Amino acid sequence: MPATRYTHTAIFIHWLMALLLIGLFSVGLYMSDLPLSPQKLKIYSWHKWAGVTAFVLVLVRLAWRAGHPPPALPAAMPNWQKTAAHALHHLLYLLMIAIPLSGWLMSSAKGFQTVYFGILPLPDLLQKNKELGELLESVHTALNFTLAALVLAHIGAALKHHLLDRDDILARMLPFLARKR
Amino acid sequence: MEKPLTTFRLILATLAVAAAGSAAAAEFNQFQAGKSSLTFVSKQMGVPIDGSFRKFAASLAFDPAKPAAATARLDLDLNSIDAGSRDANDEVVGKPWFNVKVFPTATFVSSTVRPLGGDKYELVGKLTIKGKSQDVTAPFTFRQDGGNGVFDGAFVLKRLEFGVGDGVWSDVSTVANEVQIKFHIVAAPAAIRK
Repeated sequence: MPATRYTHTAIFIHWLMALLLIGLFSVGLYMSDLPLSPQKLKIYSWHKWAGVTAFVLVLVRLAWRAGHPPPALPAAMPNWQKTAAHALHHLLYLLMIAIPLSGWLMSSAKGFQTVYFGILPLPDLLQKNKELGELLESVHTALNFTLAALVLAHIGAALKHHLLDRDDILARMLPFLARKR
Repeated sequence: MEKPLTTFRLILATLAVAAAGSAAAAEFNQFQAGKSSLTFVSKQMGVPIDGSFRKFAASLAFDPAKPAAATARLDLDLNSIDAGSRDANDEVVGKPWFNVKVFPTATFVSSTVRPLGGDKYELVGKLTIKGKSQDVTAPFTFRQDGGNGVFDGAFVLKRLEFGVGDGVWSDVSTVANEVQIKFHIVAAPAAIRK
């Protein structure tokens, strides 16, 4: 019998990531305009630690996914929608990898090494370079707004499936929503 | 019968002392600003941040044959600080940090220099920042490079002992109290008198 829902692990990581990404995005928006203060330094560090955590989680998630393929999309779904759904998921994963990487590189270029929880130093992949740091900051911001837009599309599509198409797409990730047959 | 030999020995010894004296007579006292550097590493949330002072002056006299007689004085222009980022540079000249309007320079004046064996020495002196003086001890090495004397040393100071970063910044869990100072001083030998 083919699986009709994601595994508990996949569901757990998905929602954990959702919380992390919303938190990271909001804090990232808030902190960049703060005047320099001890609080700002703390928030920046927390943001970086959470970002490293998200980066590790997405790798764990991809590894899990490789061994536990997601349930198939409903047969009734038009092909163009299946293609769009796969493309969107690929892009989401791509951004979840690219965004923390751009943040890490930006930190290196700006001369602020990332030290995970203040204990584990991540190697600086770039030399300190002011212009490059500013460029990477723009890249980091642009990628984040792209991800935010795609997440909105992702949520919109899930709701559309649940409320309009009345299929089990959302229930794969929220089993308590599964409809009785 | 022994006399000529003793005399000969005495002459040899005198010659040896004279030779040693002339070889080591070089006193390094011409500060080379362009070749010297004064850098530091501060820690923010456990992250080491490199910084430097772009402008400082040193007057020193060091003769490796008489290290105990050495003296050194350093005056550093606190306005020339690079604390690692534009934000930080704007911040550290302000009142809670160096308050450069009132205290534009920091000074170090040596009191003793002690040889530790080999090329290692220990420098003790008074460091004055923001009107507060503290004794500091800095081990350093001395070597000669292309005729110049090169001094490399480092020590750790506690910024709060000088009132640097007070108020909200006195929370050392954000910006550590310990700041590592590294100096690389190059001095040419005194002009040789003929």
